[in-house]
Amino acid sequence: MNTTTAPVSLREHVVPVEAGAHVIGAHWLKSTLALALADGRVLRWTDGALDSAEVHAGGILCCCSDGERLITGGDDGRVVATSAEGVSTEIARDEKRRWIDAVTLSGSGSIAWNTSKTVHARDDKGRVRSHDFGTTPQGLVFAPKGYRLAIGQMNGVCLWYPATEAKPEFLEWKGAHLDVMWSPDGRFVVSSMPENALHGWKLGDKPTHMRMTGYPAKPRSLSWSHDGLWLASSGADAAIVWPFQGEGPQGKAPRECGARHAKVTRVAFHPRALVLAVGYDDGCILMIRLTDASELLVRPALRDSGITAFAWDKAGKRLAFGTEDGMAGVLTLPAA
Amino acid sequence: MSEKIPVTVLTGYLGAGKTTLLNRILTEDHGKKFAVIVNEFGEAGIDGDLVVGADEEIFEMNNGCICCTVRGDLIRILDGLMKRKGKFDAIIVETTGLADPAPVAQTFFVDQDVGDATKLDAVITVTDAKWLKDRLKDAPEAKNQIAFADVIVLNKVDLVTPEELASVEAAIRAINPYAKLHRTTRCDVPIDQLLDRNAFDLDRILDIEPDFLESGHHHHHSDAVRSMSFTIPGDVDPEKFMPWINDISQAQGPNILRSKGILAFKGEPRRFVFQGVHMILDGDLQRDWKADEKRSSRLVFIGRDLNENELRQGFEACAA
Repeated sequence: MNTTTAPVSLREHVVPVEAGAHVIGAHWLKSTLALALADGRVLRWTDGALDSAEVHAGGILCCCSDGERLITGGDDGRVVATSAEGVSTEIARDEKRRWIDAVTLSGSGSIAWNTSKTVHARDDKGRVRSHDFGTTPQGLVFAPKGYRLAIGQMNGVCLWYPATEAKPEFLEWKGAHLDVMWSPDGRFVVSSMPENALHGWKLGDKPTHMRMTGYPAKPRSLSWSHDGLWLASSGADAAIVWPFQGEGPQGKAPRECGARHAKVTRVAFHPRALVLAVGYDDGCILMIRLTDASELLVRPALRDSGITAFAWDKAGKRLAFGTEDGMAGVLTLPAA
Repeated sequence: MSEKIPVTVLTGYLGAGKTTLLNRILTEDHGKKFAVIVNEFGEAGIDGDLVVGADEEIFEMNNGCICCTVRGDLIRILDGLMKRKGKFDAIIVETTGLADPAPVAQTFFVDQDVGDATKLDAVITVTDAKWLKDRLKDAPEAKNQIAFADVIVLNKVDLVTPEELASVEAAIRAINPYAKLHRTTRCDVPIDQLLDRNAFDLDRILDIEPDFLESGHHHHHSDAVRSMSFTIPGDVDPEKFMPWINDISQAQGPNILRSKGILAFKGEPRRFVFQGVHMILDGDLQRDWKADEKRSSRLVFIGRDLNENELRQGFEACAA
């Protein structure tokens, strides 16, 4: 427990941003911060200048980004790409207006989303392939390399090559699989489960299982360290950080960072250093260095203002956050 | 902690009048805004701002509890809706005619995120006075929906004779004597009789007297869904009762659709109140027994193939 002494504060380096609605996600598009909001707007912030546009009628349910565009899925059944300049382009539209509540993007610009039990994958040339799965996919994520998708489902995770006719590979584990993550080196797939656990597979001819349990709540936010050796997760009163060196975390104890009397809701590793941003349901944000567990206060607790989104910029100089009550902010790290 | 959003579950066999009732709730001038989760999206003709299509995906929790099923689609949709607080005051979940209400109800007790943000208000079952008796014979779902209901809207009473009506009501009461029953044509029941029921709120389980006193224990054929209640005219020993009720819920959970109880624990000035859905029990010590109130312990089960004698003897053995 490191909470006995008040952490050194970075508060004066935070610029507040008025978002006005629950922040679904935050992403940096070059030097512009894009916030996807639950009321359907995308808010853009460029060094203090604000601009917002209604991108979805109704609400935004999910978003992702490759650093160039923000991809949003909405309850209007549309998938939309918004550029740093604020130009929105419709990628897809479901004629039945079903919710789009999972989207993902690959490094090469492929996009995938779901409508009910169907997953649609659009490659970087714009060709769309669709495949029906047994249950509604929840988490979607592309492999770090190659045109391959991991799809969180009932009783397992499907690995699908959208460009081929091959039957998707099924990684079986009983229960529902919500969010899915692929490790940066492609060796591991990890999913979050409603039984307050993470489940992982080390891929290979015979995938092996990794059970990561003991959370008091669902671990819905996951973040890999820049070196791919650590996976941070939410869902407890501290950020739970699992070691992925060698064979993975099976049988090893996780690190617990930033234990407080609140639930961690978001985690985000710095893109270049073993520094973790940790957001809590009471609105507090801490920045924690993994090497010595030192803590810096970014935002003090604020009632009903739980953290819902984080985004580090590419250089790791700025951290953006968003909250459930429509607040946001940008921390600019002071020059060391 | 902000106020939890009430959720009303609307069930009923095909053609009973669910959509009529839903549209009445939505269009009546009550100043409330609803988010509505419907099945078979786009086909029903629901008038409302926030209408979401659902897929009724039921999944078993991987927690060793075999009847602990939840609606995965509902968890996902409620999660999405809760990010738009302030846009609606209440949520209505319409199920398909063939749906078992249990997974819907259990979702609110099993999923922590759902339980933190919302509360199950009541299960309303719409039934058809003309066809219900046939459905009770050939459709187990129809029986489950009656058994599960907190409120029963017995619709289309204009299409039957008084004798037929009495007979269908007796059939309903044999299964569930505790639900509030409204006889309607075109589902014309005052909306305040449907909403804000707090049927799953332990603080509101003030009484478990049947709504209808003749609870007709005449149906003893094998697939009978029916209710039974047991009373001990005094205290029970919690050291005996708690393990017993837990064992019963585990062993017979799949057959127990709903359970409720108000108990006097020996040496405890407060009433112990619990309610359950299959294996999931939710109980707490509530208000004090009043000075003029007789301390007694009462249990109600609604279920299928329950062994009344075994349950009675088990409960009576818990007497203090």
